[in-house]
Amino acid sequence: MESRQERAHGSPALRVENVKLNIIEVDGLTKKFGDLVAVDHVSFQVKRKEIFGFLGPNGAGKTTTIRMLCTLTRPTEGSAAVAGHDIVREADEVREHVGLVSEKMIMYDRLTAYENLKLFGKLYGIPSKLLEERIDELLGLVHMSKWRNHQIGTFSSGMRQRINLIRGLIHLPEVLFLDEPTLGLDPQSALEVREFIGRINDEQETSIILTTHMMLEADMLCDRVGIIDYGRIVALDTPTELKTQVSGSRATVLEFDIPNLSQEMILKIEALDCTEKLSQETPTQLKVHVKGQDAFDNIVGAVRSDGGRIAAVRNLDPTLEDVFLSLTGHEVRDAVTEKVTTTEHRHDMGSQRRRARVR
Amino acid sequence: MSSVRIRRELSHSLWIAWKDLLEFRRNRMGLVMLALMPVFMMVMTGFIFPSGNVLNRVPVALVNLDEGLEGLNIVSQLETINEESGLMELLSADSFDETKRMIFNGEAVGGIVVPEGFSSALSNGEQGTIIVFTDQSNPQISATLSTVLEEIIDGIGTMRAAAVVAGLAQQANTTLNPLAVVVPYAVESRGVVEGSTSYFDFVAPGIMAMVVMLSVMTGLPRAISYEKDIGTLDGFLVAPISRLSIILGKVLAQTTRGLVQGIMVMVLAYVLFGVTIHGSILLVFILLFIGVFSFVGLGILLTSVASDEQTAMMMMSTLMFPMMFLSGVFFPIQQMPPIMQGIASILPLTYATGALRKVMVLGAGLENVWTELVVLIGFGVVLLAIAVPVFRRAMTR
Ligand SMILES: Nc1ncnc2c1ncn2[C@@H]1O[C@H](COP(=O)(O)OP(=O)(O)OP(=O)(O)O)[C@@H](O)[C@H]1O
Ligand SMILES: [Mg+2]
Repeated sequence: MESRQERAHGSPALRVENVKLNIIEVDGLTKKFGDLVAVDHVSFQVKRKEIFGFLGPNGAGKTTTIRMLCTLTRPTEGSAAVAGHDIVREADEVREHVGLVSEKMIMYDRLTAYENLKLFGKLYGIPSKLLEERIDELLGLVHMSKWRNHQIGTFSSGMRQRINLIRGLIHLPEVLFLDEPTLGLDPQSALEVREFIGRINDEQETSIILTTHMMLEADMLCDRVGIIDYGRIVALDTPTELKTQVSGSRATVLEFDIPNLSQEMILKIEALDCTEKLSQETPTQLKVHVKGQDAFDNIVGAVRSDGGRIAAVRNLDPTLEDVFLSLTGHEVRDAVTEKVTTTEHRHDMGSQRRRARVR
Repeated sequence: MSSVRIRRELSHSLWIAWKDLLEFRRNRMGLVMLALMPVFMMVMTGFIFPSGNVLNRVPVALVNLDEGLEGLNIVSQLETINEESGLMELLSADSFDETKRMIFNGEAVGGIVVPEGFSSALSNGEQGTIIVFTDQSNPQISATLSTVLEEIIDGIGTMRAAAVVAGLAQQANTTLNPLAVVVPYAVESRGVVEGSTSYFDFVAPGIMAMVVMLSVMTGLPRAISYEKDIGTLDGFLVAPISRLSIILGKVLAQTTRGLVQGIMVMVLAYVLFGVTIHGSILLVFILLFIGVFSFVGLGILLTSVASDEQTAMMMMSTLMFPMMFLSGVFFPIQQMPPIMQGIASILPLTYATGALRKVMVLGAGLENVWTELVVLIGFGVVLLAIAVPVFRRAMTR
């Protein structure tokens, strides 16, 4: 047992050093559901006080990873330590340090907001007086004080999610796991929740691991982002670094406004060597991922030769969406439909695609 | 485990139980069902099951084929007795065949035939035979009817014999009680407690045990699998509390609910059917509590094994149904065939029902039911020892 631990985390002295630096250490973590490999030998570290984002399409394995780190699911292979404790052998200690806001809301409809918070506060052994104060304070932070004594069943989903969020925070955990914290919220509520997450991270020095499939959210909130696709981490860096990687390499995104855009023009542009990917945003707008120095000239030439008029051209900054696209070869929103049709042999496909990209 | 730790775990359980009961109290429909279940149970058993061997004006065909005085005599005696007791409605028929036809048609449930030559047999010093027809498609009534008729005819015969003996004694100039010759042995039945007991006194303790058991056994899968399905169980599983205190909290809440229903059965049995508890009420509660303890492990085991709430419920009802009928709630175990008696002896409910019956009907004390208590605790310990580790594993799959 000792030797395994040493292999995973280096010598004991080094490990203590690591705990100071990294709140989470993951080494070759794998989860199989029968034949399906939901999480495939994932390794990464999360630094103390960091907001770490998991970005990936539906079924990528985000939730499964988080559930393993919270001790809710047993890993098939590999190991991980959270707050210096092994998630399998020291599950009880891990639970002392983590808070979870899961995809499915953990709340009881027939209980009031206050009663829900009190129940979980009590399970974490918070003394009554402190608990009362904290409940009121947290309710205030999410602007829900008014609804303290109303049953959750009468709340809108935005109101529920706020209570769900502070419920996971009631014991002010060292590490907070947020699985899609803004799921189903309107833009305004989502923004408030994001601000709240940032504030908790700042004021309580909570390390936060969140999952999302919204590029914007990862970009806004996270210090570092791990892009996960088919159970593997395909990239891990700060959002800025990830974006420079894309633009710095070869992919550039050009957006053309062509009032008399025709199908022939699109086909012509698509056939060009410099075109990586092309999408039509509106009847007159074309977004082209290109590579190479003469790409711009070539496309303009192709449009002109068909009598097209170019009203405007924009050189777009790459977004995380572009990063995702260039890394995985498919768009985030494609993944949902793809998942349905390719669940069976998606692993072959995934590796094929990966190989193709390397070439 | 230190006492501080135990106290902490216990407080976690109590909070979980508090949550479950609070949810339950706010569920109006659930409350209605909570009240209706015992009422249905009592009222149904009350109206379906016969309370003793009593007949009430059942139609019976009566044929007198004898031409002599004896035939007329016995028919009139039968009619007199029946008028006083109101057991049967005697319908006159003309022949064997008509009697049978009436039974076939459902006009009568039985027949009494005084055959030809009844009088002459008696006057020749032979036994007179009376034929009783019964409807074999209705064994319950048949059995009761033939018992009752045999008893009545026996009684008439005894009176006749006594009259003969009295006459003989007069001739021999001796004084004696003619009954001492005709029926030399008399039986006097006495119960071990005052008063007579009805079917309800027999069935009420069993129903009580059953309602409490049903309530806990169907409540547990709902309480655990349902929360697992909708994802709220994760809230408990990710908190630094032991798996044991989660189960304990759930069990406490369900037991409380079950005992409330048990009390309702008790009250209803008293109000509707006059069933009283002869023993100590405290002992009744102890028995119910230990009864729940004895099978709660089974509930946890099934809940852990089942993948979702529906499967858990289905497995539970499959097990519950035979248990209800085999553990002597409705029919005495002693009347069952040996194999069934064997099965009954491995069901905790059998012991709970038996002990409750002793306490409630006979007023037995702790000293009379301790064997049952030990068996029940044994069942509980063994089942929990299997169930708790299985539950623990099932929760982190
Ligand atoms: N309990 C389970 N049993 C079997 N398969 C599972 C189970 N949980 C997850 N999976 C499978 O594992 C894969 C990863 O699922 P996971 O929930 O981790 O994805 P995700 O990244 O959280 O997706 P989403 O964005 O939809 O929440 C999916 O293909 C899913 O079908
Ligand atoms: Mg998920």
